[in-house]
Amino acid sequence: MNDSRYIITGLIVFIVLVTFPFWANAGKAAPAPAPSLDTPAIQQLPEKQCVEATAYMRTDHMKLLDEWRTQVVREGKRIYVASNGKEYEMSLEKTCLECHSSKAQFCDQCHNYLDVQPDCWTCHIEPKENK
Amino acid sequence: METSRRNFLKAGGACLLGLTIWPAVKGFAGNSTEYITSSKALTGEKWGLVIDMKKCWPKYQEGCRECFLACQRAHNIPDVTNKEEEIKWIWTEPYENAFPEQEHEYIAASIKGKPFIVLCNHCENPPCVRVCPTKATFKRRDGIVMMDYHRCIGCRYCMAACPYGARSFNFSDPRPFIKEVNPEFPTREKGVVEKCNFCAERIDTGLPPACVEACPAGALVFGDLDDPNSEVRKILASRYTIQRKPELGTHPCIYYLV
Ligand code: SF4
Ligand code: SF4
Repeated sequence: MNDSRYIITGLIVFIVLVTFPFWANAGKAAPAPAPSLDTPAIQQLPEKQCVEATAYMRTDHMKLLDEWRTQVVREGKRIYVASNGKEYEMSLEKTCLECHSSKAQFCDQCHNYLDVQPDCWTCHIEPKENK
Repeated sequence: METSRRNFLKAGGACLLGLTIWPAVKGFAGNSTEYITSSKALTGEKWGLVIDMKKCWPKYQEGCRECFLACQRAHNIPDVTNKEEEIKWIWTEPYENAFPEQEHEYIAASIKGKPFIVLCNHCENPPCVRVCPTKATFKRRDGIVMMDYHRCIGCRYCMAACPYGARSFNFSDPRPFIKEVNPEFPTREKGVVEKCNFCAERIDTGLPPACVEACPAGALVFGDLDDPNSEVRKILASRYTIQRKPELGTHPCIYYLV
């Protein structure tokens, strides 16, 4: 029992160190991104609706784009028939960016927040408007 | 809980049945999405090209480079001046280099050293496809030998395999070398191989390859080699044509009238 002082001090130091990231960052959470989707092209849409429902696009756009790529590049199929029956050309440049003409607002905000770095733009050409 | 052998088998059977009909249930559930080819797409089984150099030469001598420029504009091909790092989709080679097996001492002066338009042959039996370890290079159903740049790892096996030098490697970022960017077509990035795609993006939307459309002399004829009534087949049936290095068994789909 003579060593309890050392043991307890050691434990405290250990706990403080291990929990350091939590309390050091407490209350400093980065604000969730609030991208402005208000581009001229979107304003002109009679019905403000992406190729699929917003909730689905938010959670699954990467899977959708991945499938689009496979279909276009490998199968030569270039038209997507959405669940509402509308047809869209499967093209990042010609379809997605037509409306979402600001990559900084639309792509980067959330990707930066989540620290994901998709490498679309090393080849695909980003739209000119970029604020 | 005790499960009799009989009940266990029943439950198993029911599960199996469920699994079998699941795809059909999903299909009927509605809200299904689909991927389709454009109704405008050109359809063919084996795209090919017949190149009539006699039609090309007079214009070529006057400095016509329309086919190259159209290709460059359509596909964001970088204009790298360093010969060792050049990116080429369609270019010219002197007769002796394009058709080395045809070369001999007494070759007619009308052909000797003359430039021949060369590009990827979209071989029927493409060695580049066979060697690509990632299937980044593959053959489409319509015969186009296509590249999926997303998958290319830059190993350059395909460059070693292609007997026609139809492939180029991006030694550096190509973007600074692109004169006039076409925002509708992606560029490539450093570390991938690229080559002619026979304008798959145009064929899929009902247009002939850009080079064919651009040639003011009509020297490039495009069509389906599998269709006996196509213009290319009619030319092949009536005139003497040659291919590049046919002895290698690659079965090129580009033919030349000399
Ligand atoms: S010419 Fe070369 S790159 Fe083109 S299909 Fe044949 S082997 Fe492949
Ligand atoms: S360089 Fe790219 S396309 Fe060529 S063999 Fe390697 S992975 Fe395939």
